[in-house]
Amino acid sequence: MHETAMTLNTTELLVIPALPLAASLVAGLFGWALKERLTHWICCLAVIASAILSADVFMQVQQGASFYGNFWTWMLSDQFVVPVGMMIDRLTAIMMLTVTIVSACVHVYTIGYMHGDPGYTRFFSYISGFTFSMLVLVMGNNFFTLFFGWEAVGLVSYLLIGFWFKRESANFAALKAFIVNRVGDFGFAVGILAIWYYFGTIDYREVFNQVESFVAQGHALHFLGWEISAITFICLALFIGAMGKSGQVPLHVWLPDSMEGPTPISALIHAATMVTAGVFMVARCSPMFEFSETALAAVTLVGAITAWMCATIGLVQNDIKRVIAYSTCSQLGYMFVACGVSAYSVGIFHLMTHAYFKALLFLAAGSVIHAVLADQDIRRMGQLRKYMPVTYFAMLIAALALSGVPPFAGFWSKDLIIESAKVADHLGWVGDLAYWAVLSGVFMTAFYTFRMFFLTFHNSDRLPEKTKAHVHESPKVITVPLLILSVGAALSGWWGVEVLDVANPEVAEGYFGASLFVMESHNPLATLVEEGHHAFFLTAPFWMAVGGIALAFVMYFRETAIPARLVASARPLYTFLLNKWYWDELYERIFMLPAQRIGRWLWQKGDLAIIDQGIIHGGFVETVKAGAARMREMQTGMVYHYAFAMVIGAFGFLTYLLLKG
Amino acid sequence: MELHNVLDFPILSLSIFLPTLGALFIWLFVKGDEAVRWASLAVSVATFLVTLPLWIYFETGTSHMQFEEFHRWIPAFNINYQLGVDGISMPFILLTSLLTVICIISAWRCITERVKEYMLAFLVLETTLIGVFCALDAVLFYFFWEAMLIPMYLIIGVWGGKNRVYATIKFFLYTLAGSVLMLVALLAMYFKAGHTFSILAFMDYPFDFTWQFWIWIAFFIAFAVKVPMWPVHTWLPDAHTEAPTAGSVILAGILLKMGAYGFLRFSLPMLPDASQYFVPFVVVLSLIAVVYISLVAMMQKDMKRLIAYSSIAHMGFVTLGTFMFTQQAVEGALFGMISHGFVAAALFLCVGVLYDRLHTREIADYGGVVNVMPVFAAVMMVFCMANVALPGASAFVAEIMVLIGTFNPSDAAQAHLAVSAKWVAIIAATSVVLSACYTLWMYKRVIFGDLTKDTVKGMPDMNMREFGYFVPLILLVVWLGVYPLPVLDVMHASVAHLIEQATTTKLDAAAALATAAPMQELAVR
Repeated sequence: MHETAMTLNTTELLVIPALPLAASLVAGLFGWALKERLTHWICCLAVIASAILSADVFMQVQQGASFYGNFWTWMLSDQFVVPVGMMIDRLTAIMMLTVTIVSACVHVYTIGYMHGDPGYTRFFSYISGFTFSMLVLVMGNNFFTLFFGWEAVGLVSYLLIGFWFKRESANFAALKAFIVNRVGDFGFAVGILAIWYYFGTIDYREVFNQVESFVAQGHALHFLGWEISAITFICLALFIGAMGKSGQVPLHVWLPDSMEGPTPISALIHAATMVTAGVFMVARCSPMFEFSETALAAVTLVGAITAWMCATIGLVQNDIKRVIAYSTCSQLGYMFVACGVSAYSVGIFHLMTHAYFKALLFLAAGSVIHAVLADQDIRRMGQLRKYMPVTYFAMLIAALALSGVPPFAGFWSKDLIIESAKVADHLGWVGDLAYWAVLSGVFMTAFYTFRMFFLTFHNSDRLPEKTKAHVHESPKVITVPLLILSVGAALSGWWGVEVLDVANPEVAEGYFGASLFVMESHNPLATLVEEGHHAFFLTAPFWMAVGGIALAFVMYFRETAIPARLVASARPLYTFLLNKWYWDELYERIFMLPAQRIGRWLWQKGDLAIIDQGIIHGGFVETVKAGAARMREMQTGMVYHYAFAMVIGAFGFLTYLLLKG
Repeated sequence: MELHNVLDFPILSLSIFLPTLGALFIWLFVKGDEAVRWASLAVSVATFLVTLPLWIYFETGTSHMQFEEFHRWIPAFNINYQLGVDGISMPFILLTSLLTVICIISAWRCITERVKEYMLAFLVLETTLIGVFCALDAVLFYFFWEAMLIPMYLIIGVWGGKNRVYATIKFFLYTLAGSVLMLVALLAMYFKAGHTFSILAFMDYPFDFTWQFWIWIAFFIAFAVKVPMWPVHTWLPDAHTEAPTAGSVILAGILLKMGAYGFLRFSLPMLPDASQYFVPFVVVLSLIAVVYISLVAMMQKDMKRLIAYSSIAHMGFVTLGTFMFTQQAVEGALFGMISHGFVAAALFLCVGVLYDRLHTREIADYGGVVNVMPVFAAVMMVFCMANVALPGASAFVAEIMVLIGTFNPSDAAQAHLAVSAKWVAIIAATSVVLSACYTLWMYKRVIFGDLTKDTVKGMPDMNMREFGYFVPLILLVVWLGVYPLPVLDVMHASVAHLIEQATTTKLDAAAALATAAPMQELAVR
């Protein structure tokens, strides 16, 4: 085991993922006996303890401690060794902190939200299991532990999207999520294969240490006259995995549908943690991505397209959770843009602030949905401010943070991303495109967020009578996590920049230290400082955000007749956006239906008609039958006919062999 | 001849014949269905316990055959009763003895007619299966290989479904056609290699390329039918669909492995040059199995047929790994066979549980099963996830090792491929997506959804007996998924030896022999 100056306590590190795992197993296997109360106590306490320990680890890491070591050999075959180990550095620590804090809040929130659901204990088993998987994902020290966590969170996500299994739409969404994710995993798996092939190891450190000399050797792959450098191939393959997990175009289609799951899940898995795994992976692999400009350009381009496109879709959605879901896709796009322009620290910073404010946004939305009898359509809400003051307050903070209004969290991180994209000249037109995409995205984000906000809490009271009798503020188990996350959503941006110093142009001198790698030749944060961009207030992004909010204010607070008129005058565009750019229909046409048609054709024609009827029956059996008919005097019984004919033939063959030999 | 047997006890013979002796005893002395069931269970458990020392006393550091036995059988033709196992065959013996126990438990209530005959068939089948994996004499091997068809034929033909006659004939013809060619090949080798049937002698004898070529084809047909490989796979869905649950378990769990075992025991070490020559051929068929068969599996309406097709697709991985001649790929293939033995067996048992309740295998007849059978739904989820090779399940270890070994194949394999094997691995990796499509789509249609069908509403959840045979399977799948090392350890030395055999040409020695042989022949005359 490798020792560093300050090594973290191994037991403590093992306990952090072990507690949620144990809680998950207990809740899953014995939940039927423990009943609701005991189950949620066990799970909540385990995850809260995990969060406290993670905070402790975070503080130690901040003071320079780290950990690297292997505990277990998973697979071994000749040169191929897969250990299970941990690598705790500053990148890991901030992820652990974010994951466990959000998870703990969601656990407590769940007590109130899922109360009385027949799957209550099962739900707790899943979310604790998720916390374990996510911790494995971020704490591992090699690509296989990453992949293990990656697939495990995918499994839990699948189970939780389809949690209400009576609903056909939920089951379909779960299947869709799993399969689309698997398309990404295919890329990830290929990336791992290539890493082992070229580096002979799958350990982060050993791989990263070799990258520079490896690139200098100029390995390349060839296919049909194409040449692609090995490092680009690896990075692109890994990035396909990241696209699947993090809902990037064109693999984003599953994320909005994942809203079929219970809302705490949308907050924890499909907003704050799991979907950011792709960003984490790209940042973790920064020592590899930095050596491939092509891959970085691809990351930037995909991120920019997603950030912009999903924002346009968010403008017109009417389901409160879908609005937020599209904003998640869009914000993940921002994170990828940050990574693509080599501002990894900013990408992870946005990941963190986003985790707090987006989890808050979802949990507040959940509180609303809970109050209005599980209706999610914002057209049937309005004036909820009167009934739910705490939720209103929480949602306001989250909305301001998401829109990028200072001094709330989102402002700090998003502004840095946009400024970084602005100076990413080394990427050429991709950099320019990314800048305009993320800048205009801010306007749209602010607009759709406050559209949703005003329609829900202000505007006219459109609640159905039945709902109106029921609507009330949520209980404390729901509002307290909201308040805790509000603190994060309000302050984590300031904390990140001023306390952690995440935006230090010399990444190694800022919070992240050596856990991220940026090449000197294209360090956007350094360029920002040189060009004096580092002014936070009153820049373009700020005005974009204010403009978006103002427009939403006019349209959904003041002159509420405008939206309908606007829709009427631009109906085709509205329909196009409402139908999400027709991605689902496109995939149905080009993948789902053809695959089924091909499958059916191969089965009916290939297997049954050609092989069975044609060759075996028509050719083989009939020939043998004809031959056997001549021998019918000698033998009876069908099977023996054939067998005999074959034996004869076989001996003829043998004779030939012997004569020839 | 020095026999390598640490136990100084004919443990292999005991493992082979204990089930048959038990069957004989049951046939003669045990009366009444319930007593027959318990007696058969006792025999199968005893056999399992007898095979355990093979695992415990196995020496992992050597590729030498272990627990060897040798007796003269038919001296006139130099046919011997020669047994022994190495790291390639030993795991299959335990797999067989364990699955037989599970088969007998699973048939407890669903077989009500001719119980005694059914149990006897299974015990005899166990003898032949273990025999195949122990035999080191080609005639003995062939004997068990063929004898196995009879109980299997009866199991499907007597206790099978509506179209059982068609399925049995098809099954019998296919496999017989294959094995007849194998017999020819074995006879040819007997004459060529100097009147011996010893498998180890065949491995050492330098066959020239022409011989290797033809014998390889004969073997290939025999083994490919058993695996089964596209395009000789169409007997399997029929046989599986019609077979009773336990028949499918054995069929998928053990029988399919015999084909791939044949490649590893015969084709690769005996005919290395032909094996290398045919690498592209096998690779193409394997990829067809992965892609084509997966698509076909997706469209199946019958659960058993779907799992049967999924088995063929998984066996595509096995044949692919086998012919890459690298440590990782071959171990991955072997591990894949063992893993598939548990996963596919468990999935067939799952279908059996459903079938016992509604007497239909049509996916469309189910829906919303989780509402009435939550425990079953959870169990089946575990195996479905294992089937899609999720990390943590045994299948993941197998598939990733095959892919690793394929991405980085041996020079011997790569030299015969026109494209880089990387692309082969990448095409095979599409199984990551395809297996999820067919497995989870089926799961969704059968298990999830609201309760709309009256028939499904009346389905009781699993009882303790049913739950009982799933528990060891779950534990094994997870154990092999997170801690495969003990099993891989058993394989290392033998696989390394096998790869050395498969990548070392026999042609030089054959040429040397060819120049020397005429002299000898003259001298003899």
